[in-house]
Amino acid sequence: MQIYLPIAEVSVNAFVLLGLGGIVGILSGMFGVGGGFLLTPLLFFIGIPPAVAVATQAAQIVASSISGVLAHFRRKTVDLRMGTVLLAGGMCGAVLGVWIFNLMRGIGQVDLLVKLCYVVFLGVIGALMFVESLAAINRTRKGVVRKRKQRTWFDALPFKMKFRTSGLYLSAIPPLIAGAFVGVLSAIMGVGGGFIMVPAMIYLLGMPTKVVIGTSLFQIIFVSGFTTILHATTNHTVDLGLALLLLIGGVVGAQIGTGIGLRMKAEQLRIWLAILVLAVCGKLALDLLIEPAELYSIAERVR
Amino acid sequence: MAWRLIVVLLLAALPARAEQVVAGLSQTRVSITTNFAGSEILIFGAVKRDAPAPAGPPLEVVVTVAGPSAPATVRKKDRRVGIWVNTESVRIAAAPSFYAVATTAPLDQALSQTEDLRHKVSIPRAIRSVGVTEEAPEAQSFIDALIRIRSETGLYQELPGAVELDEQTLFRTSIALPSNLTEGDYATRIFLTRGGDVVDAFETTIGVHKVGLERWTYLLAHEHPLAYAILSLGIAIAAGWGASAAFRMMKS
Repeated sequence: MQIYLPIAEVSVNAFVLLGLGGIVGILSGMFGVGGGFLLTPLLFFIGIPPAVAVATQAAQIVASSISGVLAHFRRKTVDLRMGTVLLAGGMCGAVLGVWIFNLMRGIGQVDLLVKLCYVVFLGVIGALMFVESLAAINRTRKGVVRKRKQRTWFDALPFKMKFRTSGLYLSAIPPLIAGAFVGVLSAIMGVGGGFIMVPAMIYLLGMPTKVVIGTSLFQIIFVSGFTTILHATTNHTVDLGLALLLLIGGVVGAQIGTGIGLRMKAEQLRIWLAILVLAVCGKLALDLLIEPAELYSIAERVR
Repeated sequence: MAWRLIVVLLLAALPARAEQVVAGLSQTRVSITTNFAGSEILIFGAVKRDAPAPAGPPLEVVVTVAGPSAPATVRKKDRRVGIWVNTESVRIAAAPSFYAVATTAPLDQALSQTEDLRHKVSIPRAIRSVGVTEEAPEAQSFIDALIRIRSETGLYQELPGAVELDEQTLFRTSIALPSNLTEGDYATRIFLTRGGDVVDAFETTIGVHKVGLERWTYLLAHEHPLAYAILSLGIAIAAGWGASAAFRMMKS
């Protein structure tokens, strides 16, 4: 069934969009990532103009994240306190990120900056997670209990807060900085930042994996919501028709994904996310390295 | 219809034109609805004569349909430090968003170079690239790339032999408009030529517009962007909550 999208001004198959939304929704619920890093390239592939794809997927991510976070709320796996602290940092970071983005656009080559950011961060995070989860799986097999990392300088920081859901007592400064860093990157890369936030919470802050996913989704809702409003008011590139089809698939997928995620072991979950991140990174890296079939491209003005 | 009659009457009143084109279109407006998946426009007509058809080179018919023009930037990738990045770019003053040229014979036979230059009929002539070649010596390859990329997606069509001409009098052709159309007025021209020279020409427009829900959405997004953003978020929140509630009900 072909559907004409009013803002994108292209006609696409409705079932393809429902399916794409569904797949990304499942991943979102399973791993606590918004799925933007996956959905945006897929939308380019089916012929949606890049500006519309980036803006619209933000709205879709809001929907699937809400669907996912509600499922986590019921299971009490959202650390609201930590989420709020991360969010505060994230908003400051996003403002900074938009400023850097505009600065780079002035110089030109913003496309390259975005692509290189993707390759570098997906590659580094994917590789680190992969190695770490493999080690964790080996440890559990051998029956060695992992010792809590000693964070002497972390403990010395002021503004200590109690994060009961995560079982942590630490300074508010590291989560604020982590949130701000993710905010900068998500503004430049046009994604919710879940794939950076999830590892940051696990490895930097030492939060339990089960809590991480719900908390990440919680903060993605606000970052993506903010992005949607920004795109809609400045570029008029949010396509309601496209968003609707993607989010119908997405919200259903997120519910299924959450169920799958809770049934899997934390180490397995992380290793699968690592493989996914590495696969996307590899694809983007190849695009940069292999000679493209068409050397020319048309940059159309956003109407 | 009245104005078309007036045009025909005015044309008839003009003296000493041996052959005149009288044309019709299957539709003068295209409505983009939610299930719009492209459209086919039938363009037909007849050649009006006061005397028998003159001897000499055969009559040829050239039909063009052009979408609204807009500036475009063509970029070229090049290898720098091992990776492929956009390096050079050429700005083209105006390129039609859609362009089809259908003819009875190959275009270079049906139309002379001079007439092509005057009426801007062929695809390279329809693209306004004045001054570009001085700016960048390789500019022609960028214009060729624009034509190549748009031809692959059906936005630019060169259709030699697509116009059928019966008895040197009746002609018809159909132009396929793809689904990724830009809104606006599509200028439609019909030329009668003999030996490459234009004998008569006819011009009309096809209006391509979004209707119904498509139009409403588009206008809201452009005229009340904040309301549109809030509506989008509202739908997203409602859908997310709705799916969560529905799944809980299904489980219990």
